[in-house]
Amino acid sequence: MSGVCDRARDLGVFQSASDDGRIICRCEEITKGEIRRAVHDGMFNLHEVRRFLRCGMGLCQGQTCGKLVRAIIARELNISAAELDDATARAPMRPLEMEIFGREAPGI
Amino acid sequence: MMNTNTADVIIIGAGAIGSAAAYYLTKKGISVIVLEKSDYIGNGGSSRNGGGVRQSGRDPRELPLAMYGVRNLWPSLSDELGMDVEYCQEGNLRLGKTEEHLKILRGLTASCNAGGLDMRMVDAKEAREICPYLSDEVVGAGWCPTDGHANPMLVTLAYYRAARRNGARFITGVRALEIRKVRGRAREVVTDNGVYEGDTIMLIAGYDSRVIAQGLGFDIPMSPFLMEVVVTEDAPPMFRQMLGTAMADFYGHQSAHGSFVFGGSSGYEAYCASEGTPTSRSITASSVCRAVLGYFPALSRTKIVRTWAGWIDECADHVPVIGRADEAPGLVFGCAFSGHGFGISPVVGTLLAELAAGEATTLDISAFDYDRFKAKI
Repeated sequence: MSGVCDRARDLGVFQSASDDGRIICRCEEITKGEIRRAVHDGMFNLHEVRRFLRCGMGLCQGQTCGKLVRAIIARELNISAAELDDATARAPMRPLEMEIFGREAPGI
Repeated sequence: MMNTNTADVIIIGAGAIGSAAAYYLTKKGISVIVLEKSDYIGNGGSSRNGGGVRQSGRDPRELPLAMYGVRNLWPSLSDELGMDVEYCQEGNLRLGKTEEHLKILRGLTASCNAGGLDMRMVDAKEAREICPYLSDEVVGAGWCPTDGHANPMLVTLAYYRAARRNGARFITGVRALEIRKVRGRAREVVTDNGVYEGDTIMLIAGYDSRVIAQGLGFDIPMSPFLMEVVVTEDAPPMFRQMLGTAMADFYGHQSAHGSFVFGGSSGYEAYCASEGTPTSRSITASSVCRAVLGYFPALSRTKIVRTWAGWIDECADHVPVIGRADEAPGLVFGCAFSGHGFGISPVVGTLLAELAAGEATTLDISAFDYDRFKAKI
């Protein structure tokens, strides 16, 4: 969400849902219920939810679940998912072994 | 929920220290509004640091703060904040490969001992007993058994969450432009979203603190300095210590999750564009990998999954500015942490809350005065 955001905003009482146990981030095994609770704990965007729960921080770096997590956060805040920024893409784009990443030239 | 823009204390900056100060203030029943220019809580150095909760290697002026935090605040922080912040107190190993390195480590150990810290030199055998994965080239290390690490993102968000529950009002996406005096006292924070007013204004905004304070005639000598980190996939538990080297080639630890977090440098950090989004440069991650593998060859097949960068608010004398500003009563500084702010964030938050409450501070903070910078001649 770009722009002024008052975190004192009242989201009402947390209501459990039947699909709260569904795993959304497969790499880190984070459920929909955990993401919804994080929003109620004040994590109002993808960056904070990632840092709070680790969803999107595993091997695929959120390439699989990023859109789903964003939609769940938006729904909990009752806003459009388009209002939420994507997570930052970070190098390397695929996991890379340290001995290869550390190589400056062939044979070194 | 408050509807006005007035509180007892206005904090500029929702990082680990701003959020900690907000938490300790609300515990005292003092009302707080926290203003954050970023759209995200803790988006500066608070989510971009190595996670060290380190006493060893600190400046003698800073050491008492670090030691107080490790003795009194860190062990109970997860309980205090109602969530696990992954504090792990399993010591800090500072590694050396040559006699020259050991000389540096001995000097560091002596300086820490002088400040009352339990730190000692260990030989290669003992270093390997502490951490079996060291390269054979390691000949000795400095060892501080009471050091450790924690998860900086969780610490920041845990303070934020607890302060918010206590009634602190956090507003993100609001940029503080200047602090204005009313009848001689710092009282108003002018932002791009109206004016906020408090009896105390706390400036805890990293490098931006310098720019904001300049409007009141204060100029704290600090610069933004780039730091970069690589993060690996999760690995089986290998060691729990915080690690560093005599030459500061790299530092890091294995997180509770299993991934390794390693910070390092390429040597060109002082020559980066110093504004805007901190950016990982192609030259650095590669350099960090080589540095790490020079000490931990066992990690050669461990995969890097991401890299990130952050700004350090590097002070001219490498210790922070903490305390009241005499020429602007009501203004309190908490900035210029020079890359060592995270480990002392609970204690600094405590001290800042004491200042705003008009209490005597638990520790002497006169060494961190904003007025300590003198011209060389």
